[in-house]
Amino acid sequence: MSVLTDNFSLYGKGLWGTVQLTLLAGALALAVGVLIAGFRVSPVKALRVFGTVWVTVLRNTPLTLLFFAVLLGLPRFGVVLPFMVFAVLALGAYTSAFICEAVRAGINTVPLGQGEAARSLGMTFGQTLSLVVLPQAARSVIPPIGSTLIALAKNSAIAGSFSVTELLGTYKPLNELGYGIVWTFVWIAVGYLIVTLSIAGIFGLLERRFGVAR
Amino acid sequence: MPADPLIVLSGVNKHFGQLHVLKDIELTVGRGEVVVVIGPSGSGKSTLCRAINRLEPVQAGTITVDGQPLPAEGRALARLRADVGMVFQSFNLFAHRTVLDNVMLAPLKVRRRGKAEAERKARELLDRVGLLAHAGKLPAQLSGGQQQRVAIARALAMDPKAMLFDEPTSALDPEMINEVLEVMQQLAEEGMTMVVVTHEMGFARSAADRVVFMADGQIIEDRVPEDFFTDPRTDRARDFLSKILHH
Ligand SMILES: Nc1ncnc2c1ncn2[C@@H]1O[C@H](COP(=O)(O)OP(=O)(O)OP(=O)(O)O)[C@@H](O)[C@H]1O
Ligand SMILES: [Mg+2]
Repeated sequence: MSVLTDNFSLYGKGLWGTVQLTLLAGALALAVGVLIAGFRVSPVKALRVFGTVWVTVLRNTPLTLLFFAVLLGLPRFGVVLPFMVFAVLALGAYTSAFICEAVRAGINTVPLGQGEAARSLGMTFGQTLSLVVLPQAARSVIPPIGSTLIALAKNSAIAGSFSVTELLGTYKPLNELGYGIVWTFVWIAVGYLIVTLSIAGIFGLLERRFGVAR
Repeated sequence: MPADPLIVLSGVNKHFGQLHVLKDIELTVGRGEVVVVIGPSGSGKSTLCRAINRLEPVQAGTITVDGQPLPAEGRALARLRADVGMVFQSFNLFAHRTVLDNVMLAPLKVRRRGKAEAERKARELLDRVGLLAHAGKLPAQLSGGQQQRVAIARALAMDPKAMLFDEPTSALDPEMINEVLEVMQQLAEEGMTMVVVTHEMGFARSAADRVVFMADGQIIEDRVPEDFFTDPRTDRARDFLSKILHH
């Protein structure tokens, strides 16, 4: 029990690391994911191909491998950044592929006539997507995006193996200090629960907010 | 050949895979003219209508609107589409926006008009189609006939040079058909250039300058309504007319 009270600041730092990774990588994944979903439904073939390749590669690469690729690969090209930034890039890119597919599935639930009406009024592809299609896709996209971000929060634990401060990684110093492994992990699990339940709560609210329209 | 052509299709051919849906279409619609397109199901009427503002690309031939050839995708095409209003069988009002927003959206975002001006114009048009009282509602709260009248107002808000109607009353209950036809009739009288795919023969007789009869992707007759209805030249047309007029 005392493992928590004695090491509150260590836990706190770990939890904050996980929250930061989740927020930053989540924001990156949402922005890139929606953009790539736009690519995948665009009238321009090159963009569609790029989108398909992006999703296929990232979704089918083990996340750990992606971390190695970013952490070892980018410095070869002279890109040297803090580990935290590398971790956000790897997590964000990986998660963007799943966000993209959730958004694309949502776009497909919007009747074709909506986009046709928008285009017949002279809207460009971007206007059609952002003003007409995506707002109507939002409702069906919110739950799977919530699940994807919850997965992201848990996936962020991998960053701990790459010298980034995050929640799971706190077990190492605690273990060295001689605390029991069971309680150490129980409190770590509670930390993850706080993060994931918060995400679930926020997305539940969003779903209610957007669920009433129409 | 109309004196002042606005929409000109020349040698237009369209395939869906193996299916040849538009065959060597030649059609000129003059400014202020109302052309009604009729024909059996699958004859290519919708495809023709949609080709005019390039919702369907065609493989051969040229389509010009007000002298401008239709560009490929992109901003130039969007600009041209803004000048051609389209009304669909299934209304296609933006489901997440109010009636007023539906009418204002494109003037704001495409024409980049000011908010006050766009709203004033939208209210004026809604008043004209008799729906100003419903401005704050969502489309799903309106009847089909009301939705279709909003759709017409939405298209008119762009000050189009021409309007395309693809079976605008086919999805409506019988008692709502007339309220939509009346709006269209009035538009025709005001001199709007219109291409109307419809099976409403009463509208064709009273509003159309020409009736175009299509079958199997071809234009088989292109005549003044009175001549067409009283004395169709082709067996296909005679056969079709006897079927739709006798039930
Ligand atoms: N997107 C499409 N893909 C493949 N074939 C299509 C497509 N749209 C239409 N067709 C086919 O093209 C032909 C012409 O269709 P079109 O919708 O233009 O006919 P129509 O005259 O409007 O018929 P209706 O009176 O039933 O509306 C039909 O055989 C139809 O099945
Ligand atoms: Mg049709």
